[in-house]
Amino acid sequence: MVMETESQFHVLAVDDNRFDRKMIERLLQKSSCQVTTVDSGSKALEFLGLRVDDNDPNALSTSPQIHQEVEINLIITDYCMPGMTGYDLLKKVKESAALRSIPVVIMSSENVPARISRCLEEGAEEFFLKPVKLADLTKLKPHMMKTKLKKESEKPVAIEEEIVVSEKEEASLVIEILPLHQELESEQLEPMLSSNKRKAMEEVISTDRSRPKYNDFTTSV
Amino acid sequence: MDTLIAQLQRQFRDYTISLYHQGFLDDQFTELKKLQDECSPDFVAEVVTLFFEDCEKLISNMARALDQTGNVDFKLVGSSVHQLKGSSSSVGAKRVKGLCVTLKECCDSQNYEGCVRCLQQVDIEYKTLKAKLQDLFNLEQQIVQAGGRIPQVDI
Repeated sequence: MVMETESQFHVLAVDDNRFDRKMIERLLQKSSCQVTTVDSGSKALEFLGLRVDDNDPNALSTSPQIHQEVEINLIITDYCMPGMTGYDLLKKVKESAALRSIPVVIMSSENVPARISRCLEEGAEEFFLKPVKLADLTKLKPHMMKTKLKKESEKPVAIEEEIVVSEKEEASLVIEILPLHQELESEQLEPMLSSNKRKAMEEVISTDRSRPKYNDFTTSV
Repeated sequence: MDTLIAQLQRQFRDYTISLYHQGFLDDQFTELKKLQDECSPDFVAEVVTLFFEDCEKLISNMARALDQTGNVDFKLVGSSVHQLKGSSSSVGAKRVKGLCVTLKECCDSQNYEGCVRCLQQVDIEYKTLKAKLQDLFNLEQQIVQAGGRIPQVDI
């Protein structure tokens, strides 16, 4: 029996407008993505595990304890937001070693060519004009697939530890899996994986994405 | 002889088409309907409700700003109309959006009279749309209550 390896993508949507958040959330859900919405760039960075120094907002550090608790496959953000704009958020993501591989998409209600090229130059994968349509979101899958495949190919060794966890307690594997990733990279683990283990590994990957705990997490204004 | 359901369905179809033809709605409203399904069966109604709440709040903010004769905060009016333009565009409220564009222009050129006039029109327009969409939702409910399905209307 072949294990289902197709799992849901998790998107972080950032928009200060309540109405727009509802729209993008539904659009993403309809496109089979898991969604977390936040109402500001700083809350987005917080969610992603970056600590923002209140005294110097330009100084960002990754807290040594906080790994990316939830794996985000894409960030979609509004451009015009008070405080940190979508462009500022894009820059901070691309400047962070921990986050720069996450694809970022910018949305804007205004068609300003200079703005669009600035964002694309800074590393945004796409620039969507609002109102965003369902058809626009089909462009996201390739970007999300790229990072997913990359991550999976980079960490065959780390996964082995997770299999031990999952065999013991399937119910809790959803929450425990990801924090292991970063820690295990430096450890010496058996590089050989039998085909059975690889199957189980794929099973682990496919189930760890469903996180009802985080579904529809919103930070209210 | 036409059944009640068939009559209601025809009414619904005709009314929907007229809303598009008269320019109240555009194809973004069609996009909204695509997002409604068994998982989110009231999505359109929810979004439309949110939109009308926004209309009320933003129009009230703008009216208050314009009331400060001699000391009008055009920046505030501008940001409010920007928001309203955005949400009316997302919902497919074509006439409201068109008026927002005009209002924004008046605001950018600090045309006080123009702003006041335009805002009044926005107010009338959103209320008109609200009443029409309420009629449409009522028709939907009648169809469902009569045991029928809501027809898919291709514009």
